[in-house]
Amino acid sequence: MIKAILIFNNHGKPRLIRFYQYFAEDMQQQIIRETFHLVSKRDDNVCNFLEGGSLIGGSDYKLIYRHYATLYFVFCVDSSESELGILDLIQVFVETLDKCFENVCELDLIFHMDKVHYILQEVVMGGMVLETNMNEIVAQVELQNRMEKSEVNQVI
Amino acid sequence: MPAPIRLRELIRTIRTARTQAEEREMIQKECAAIRSSFREEDNTYRCRNVAKLLYMHMLGYPAHFGQLECLKLIASQKFTDKRIGYLGAMLLLDERQDVHLLMTNCIKNDLNHSTQYVQGLSLCTLGCMGSSEMCRDLAGEVEKLLKTSNSYLRKKAALCAVHVIRKVPELMEMFLPATKNLLSEKNHGEILHTSVVLLTEMCERSPDMLSHFRKLVPQLVRILKNLIMSGYSPEHDVSGISDPFLQVRILRLLRILGKGDDDSSEAMNDILAQVATNTETSKNVGNAILYETVLTIMDIKSESGLRVLAINILGRFLLNNDKNIRYVALTSLLKTVQTDHNAVQRHRSTIVDCLKDLDVSIKRRAMELSFALVNGNNIRGMMKELLYFLDSCDPDFKADCASGIFLAAEKYAPSKRWHIDTVMRVLTTAGSYVRDDSVPNLIQLITNSVEMHAYTVQRLYKALLDDISQQPLVQVASWCIGEYGDLLVSGQCEEEEPIQVDALEDEVLDVLEGLLVSNLSTPVTRAYSLTAIMKLSTRFSSVNRIKKVVSIYGSSIDVELQQRAVEYNANDLLDLLGGNDVVPVIQTTVPTKPASAGGELLDLLGDLSLTGIPPMTAYNKNGLKIEFTFERSNPSPNIAVITIHATNSTEADMTEFVFQAAVPKTFQLQLLSPSSNVVPALNQGSVTQVIRVLNPQKQQLRMRIKLTYTHKGSPVQDLAEVNNFPPQSWQ
Repeated sequence: MIKAILIFNNHGKPRLIRFYQYFAEDMQQQIIRETFHLVSKRDDNVCNFLEGGSLIGGSDYKLIYRHYATLYFVFCVDSSESELGILDLIQVFVETLDKCFENVCELDLIFHMDKVHYILQEVVMGGMVLETNMNEIVAQVELQNRMEKSEVNQVI
Repeated sequence: MPAPIRLRELIRTIRTARTQAEEREMIQKECAAIRSSFREEDNTYRCRNVAKLLYMHMLGYPAHFGQLECLKLIASQKFTDKRIGYLGAMLLLDERQDVHLLMTNCIKNDLNHSTQYVQGLSLCTLGCMGSSEMCRDLAGEVEKLLKTSNSYLRKKAALCAVHVIRKVPELMEMFLPATKNLLSEKNHGEILHTSVVLLTEMCERSPDMLSHFRKLVPQLVRILKNLIMSGYSPEHDVSGISDPFLQVRILRLLRILGKGDDDSSEAMNDILAQVATNTETSKNVGNAILYETVLTIMDIKSESGLRVLAINILGRFLLNNDKNIRYVALTSLLKTVQTDHNAVQRHRSTIVDCLKDLDVSIKRRAMELSFALVNGNNIRGMMKELLYFLDSCDPDFKADCASGIFLAAEKYAPSKRWHIDTVMRVLTTAGSYVRDDSVPNLIQLITNSVEMHAYTVQRLYKALLDDISQQPLVQVASWCIGEYGDLLVSGQCEEEEPIQVDALEDEVLDVLEGLLVSNLSTPVTRAYSLTAIMKLSTRFSSVNRIKKVVSIYGSSIDVELQQRAVEYNANDLLDLLGGNDVVPVIQTTVPTKPASAGGELLDLLGDLSLTGIPPMTAYNKNGLKIEFTFERSNPSPNIAVITIHATNSTEADMTEFVFQAAVPKTFQLQLLSPSSNVVPALNQGSVTQVIRVLNPQKQQLRMRIKLTYTHKGSPVQDLAEVNNFPPQSWQ
């Protein structure tokens, strides 16, 4: 099970936060800071797996992360998930974002936080992997966006 | 009233803030605007306001006042409203808030909505944060959707069902009929994937379900085979491999079904061998599948040939350039090292090489695995590597590594000298990281290695000369010097190459006194060194110097030190002849191994006769019997060493047992720590304690003793005089 998905930039500013287990708000922010601290001091040539920080559950959980340019994508998972599988999943998610936003960059994530959530919702649901087929995900998201647009001038 | 600003407007504004304070001000301003907009029940822009609230929430600002608004959005007819409303509910609400129950009706309606995307939203929300009550109410709807032909909804329903089962395990039965067709041929990748997840969840939760679903093994094997054999399928494949995620999921389910079951395991042997040998390993996806296959092979009852194949795959992984692969390989080998020890041993040198890896996670795994692989045959070589590792590893590792080395040394030490050398190496290299209990353990080890005492004390003394900062090392060294100081100054050594140590009594005392005053010494260390100095009064001739040092500490601020000094000098002891009734406070603390090691040793020597002085019964009343045994302390004949043995013949234990003693002024008394403070009932054991009495004037020994203990819940206290000391004990 995936416990949390965090996307933050090289300075630790959160770009997307999704917890699949209840944490109080201040705890959430602490976890973000702790995770950033753990992940940012890693060299580029070490493996992508870390023990979870103490706030998120310690050694029972792993942090699996990927660093793309200015962003860290961190998945916190328990032992039921395959580490290598999750690495692939992060790749799929990022490639999906790339397709949805056309050469996605950090600014896209900043200004379209809600849309990123909707995309993520089609990939992971309740902490479990829902769909891994990129084209399928993109298609579903597109159709829903269209539904939104078709409603009266309601722009968020 | 102008329209509330758009989300991206807010974001743009916030990004211009140059300080945290500025940002906070902007946020507060916007929150106020949003609040008044909520108060006005503005339907048009509610979704916009909630979206902004979610953004601010992500940055860490409070957003709870938007919870109810999310519910209103969910109840709206507009898809836009529902979309952001459900998202808000998932981010801001959870079952701890009563508010969440208000969602139940909306979700129920939306589960039956005409638009599949609305159904999808409600399934998603229920599957993320549905409480037990909600799940109970809505399980039926979820079950219905599990049987729909709409694949988009079916896969979401499957994961929602998993959540329902986790929240309300009793409802698992309800989903059983729907599982019948989950693995049918007609189903495509997406449904298969979530179906396998659902089946996995049910099997993990219920042994009955597990047996029931074992019959699916042939079907799962078939699906897996198709995936491997099938040609290029652009929809599902990643880097030329068909739906790797599904393959991994199936392999995992097979693992659960095959574990402990011969028939199932046999049914999957072939496919596992096929996947193991045919999977492309040039890309990560191939490795993920291979890795999962290995784990499955190791967990089920596979043929031994297959197991060896699996471990060799892991061995190959260890040599892979990709660090992630090396990491998972080490993790898996750690899991299998107990069951397939010999097979893993073959890869020992590769594993040991990983100790030098730059990656902290890999190093840790390699260290754990190395300890698991140590045995009697490879102990010398492995220990060399591990000690080298201890030298150079991060501080985070040192404590665990030191403990591991101690354990391994204890189990497999080829010789006592090697053992002590290893222990000393750890103390000098990582002395500040060893755990607290290592000190008494090491002292025990040294005590038991009788033939190594001279060697050990000389080496430790030398180490002290170099460095007094590592407390455990200093403590063990102090204890040794106190115990074996005579061997230190005599310069004898049992080993062929004696250590060149010129230690005069005064130099040794200098060193120990230095520890007492050093800033680097902790209170515990000071206590050790003071005790050592005191013990040396029976071994060295510079007694006056020792007495001077000890009396200085009689008025020491440190209570521990003061206590010990006082015990030693016993200057304020009761004058028996004077007849005061106040018994001096010679409390002793709860046992610490070092001080009583001497006592235990004497105890081990048994009742009597080493010195020819017969033992005596000093006290025998109310079931408590105290015997004294005697030993002359060489080379100081003025010191009588008495060991008390307290036994209890009643049916209840005597707890909080404290023995105190007072002697006449011309004597000096030292009481070491007792072996414990519980005298077990029915003579099942004894409490021992060592008394040292200095009797320079060779007067007749008399003693007044005070006993306190708790028996059957009540405190007991008694005073007694001991006058029947055998003449040989004081003449």
